[in-house]
Amino acid sequence: MASRLVTISTALIVAGMILLPVTAVLWRGGGFGSLGPADWAALRFTLTQAAVSALFSVVLAIPVARALARRRFWGREALIAVMGAPFILPVIVAILGLLAVFGGRGLINQALAPLGVPRLDIYGFHGVILAHVFFNLPLAVRLLLQGWLAIPAERFRLAASLNAPVWRVLEWPMLKQLVPGAFAVIFVICLGSFAVALTLGGGPRSTTLELAIYQAFRFDFDLGKAATLAVVQLCLGLVAGGIALRFAAKGGMGAGLDRRVARWDGHSIDARLGDVIWIVLAASFLLVPLLAVAVAGAPGLGDMPSLVWSAAGRSLILALGATLLTLALALPLLSRAGEAAALLGISVSGLVLGTGAFLLLQPIIRPADVALPVTMIVNALMALPFVLRILRPGLDSARQDFGHLGAALGLTGWHLWRVVYLPRLRRPLGFAAGLTAALSMGDLGVIMLFADGDSSTLPLQIYRLMGSYQMEAARGAAVLLLGLSLGLFWLFDKGGRSGAEA
Amino acid sequence: MMPESPPLVLEIAMKALPFVAGMMLAGAAVADTPVLAVYAPDYFASDWGPGPGIEAAFEAQCGCDLQYKTGELLPRLLLEGANTEADVAIGFNSDITKKARESGLFAPHGLDTSPLTLPIDWADDTFLPFNYSHTAFIYDNTKVETAPTSFDDLLNAPDDLRLVIQDPRSSISGLALVLWVQNVYGDKAEEAWSKLAPKIVTVTKGWSESYGMFTDGEADMVLSYTTSPAYHIIAEEDLTKSAAIFEDGHYFMVELAAKLKTTDQSDLADQFMGFILSNEFQSMIPTSNWSFPAALAESEWPEGFQSLPTPEKVLFYSEDEAAALRDEAIEAWRRALSQ
Repeated sequence: MASRLVTISTALIVAGMILLPVTAVLWRGGGFGSLGPADWAALRFTLTQAAVSALFSVVLAIPVARALARRRFWGREALIAVMGAPFILPVIVAILGLLAVFGGRGLINQALAPLGVPRLDIYGFHGVILAHVFFNLPLAVRLLLQGWLAIPAERFRLAASLNAPVWRVLEWPMLKQLVPGAFAVIFVICLGSFAVALTLGGGPRSTTLELAIYQAFRFDFDLGKAATLAVVQLCLGLVAGGIALRFAAKGGMGAGLDRRVARWDGHSIDARLGDVIWIVLAASFLLVPLLAVAVAGAPGLGDMPSLVWSAAGRSLILALGATLLTLALALPLLSRAGEAAALLGISVSGLVLGTGAFLLLQPIIRPADVALPVTMIVNALMALPFVLRILRPGLDSARQDFGHLGAALGLTGWHLWRVVYLPRLRRPLGFAAGLTAALSMGDLGVIMLFADGDSSTLPLQIYRLMGSYQMEAARGAAVLLLGLSLGLFWLFDKGGRSGAEA
Repeated sequence: MMPESPPLVLEIAMKALPFVAGMMLAGAAVADTPVLAVYAPDYFASDWGPGPGIEAAFEAQCGCDLQYKTGELLPRLLLEGANTEADVAIGFNSDITKKARESGLFAPHGLDTSPLTLPIDWADDTFLPFNYSHTAFIYDNTKVETAPTSFDDLLNAPDDLRLVIQDPRSSISGLALVLWVQNVYGDKAEEAWSKLAPKIVTVTKGWSESYGMFTDGEADMVLSYTTSPAYHIIAEEDLTKSAAIFEDGHYFMVELAAKLKTTDQSDLADQFMGFILSNEFQSMIPTSNWSFPAALAESEWPEGFQSLPTPEKVLFYSEDEAAALRDEAIEAWRRALSQ
């Protein structure tokens, strides 16, 4: 029962850390504000784009993940690692990278123009979806890839000996279990989109709730309205998460001996060709814009001011701290209720969360003194839903498959975890830690209200450089950020996979 | 070879000792020095903004420690209210000073504003200008052959002219643009926006995204300031960026500073407000904030600034007018661009 108590209290702490600040803003703003027609239009657009973005990200991720799961080729691991990068780029850098490829003067249009093809226009609803798929496809691929890797080798052998259709008996049941959760997480991320949606959407048609929150906060200083919009956003996230978690089928792959075997299926020419096409398409879609970022940034790497390096150091510490904190919070929360509490974290507007934290802390302490711890906590809260989504399917199966065995052997508490669960969770744990670290490197988050000149992080420095016409140095700093994020991600991810063929 | 040198730990300790002692001494020195807390926007206090130079120059004469606190300037002050640590706040924009003034947080500066060299009259007793510019469309003069010379010219330009602007709901320069259009076209503002709409490639959250798109070649023209070319001319020796000067006039953007009523360093705050109008402060503005100094004769501007084309006519709304027109101007923009 003790572990139950730990779970409940952790869930309460997490929910409290999110709901208290929102309540503080609401209270300070004098209660709920009223929403105008423009806000309702923003709400509609926010919902539609988030649903379509999540749908495309997850549907496209299925063939890509399957191809990556059953093919072995040189550079596969590196490709999987680098594919995670779009997710962690600062928005402004990602936008410029995407435009270098898909923009009016981008590579595609430059290639098509001599052929007489009319100019491809990226700006519009399709641009928003394209950008969101760029950010979230890698996450979806990784979430599903895990599912494929978690199917025990014995099942594939059995299916092979019975000549049973792998898709129907193994892959489809696995997807039914994972797809709703992946959809929900991406849907909730896209709810909070602001700068990407506006820029790629081509203007005010693409106004999201987050923009309305920013406007209410910054120009109108209407905290009641900002908090109201934040609560609406929070409810949308919770409802989406609740539905998805309810629909997610229970795991039922059965236990295996934790061995991997070469797949016997998918050797036909069609299957091979299909997989190659999917991998090439996904890799070029994700990597070419990143390459554009790297090429644009390379000249600036040389003349970056020393401040960029100290900011980078600060960001690294922040990322490592947030990773530890996230994992510490995640392990007790590996349950449906825990995941629901954690979903609050990505549904809430960072701006409102930051404002609330500022309001709560200001009477007690100088906010600037706690800028880094607060940022660390917020980053951990934001990463928690991803981490739980990554860990839970694995833990659920392990519980189902090995829980009885553990009980029969009299293993409980920490021993049960150490002997049975953690070894089975090593791969997802590595991935989760890597993702958190990388996310915290890139997140500008709530630091805007708290940061003083001497506590700035790398993303903040990039914005400062850009705001002072130093585009070149900013591009250089973005490459540094990309490199560090990827490095952290790779280290953790690799740690989780060491000794296992994956 | 190890025995010759002291153990590593000892070596580090020996090196660290003077440093730690120095820190403690510095701490003691700081305790006696009065601190002037200056709230400023992020760009201002960053190492690429005017902040550090101004800090050094002021500290050299005040015997105090000037500390910047950065972040969203007005929201932060309003959140903190009377509890604020700020003694002075610098970096307000005239289009939003009404809200700042109504908060009652600021004290009159008590300075003679006659040294100001603004293109408009300024007699505000609370908000003191320190630099200014005008909104303008910047273009690459090697690519755009005939730049528009009026707003009508721009509206009638071919639709394949690619323009990026900022959102008036999230950016101060975007807000200035809708007020500019409102000033030039009045009731016909929405029509004007409809004509401009096909040329607007996209709208960005802030200035940096737009300007990045322009320097990347994604757009031919960007909403920025008349002073933007000075950066390229002086810092990069690049003469290809120009501001299109319109005969209708350009919307005036001024940045302001004010003293907090609740300051516990009233004399220092007054001294800093006075310092803003000094030649020392003003001569730092052009090449660090890339804008025109608010109180410096043109003959003392850097060469690259003196030769900048400037509009003959300056358009400006007082804070009351701006506050009254804002919603209408943004709505006209939103309706026309949402078509």
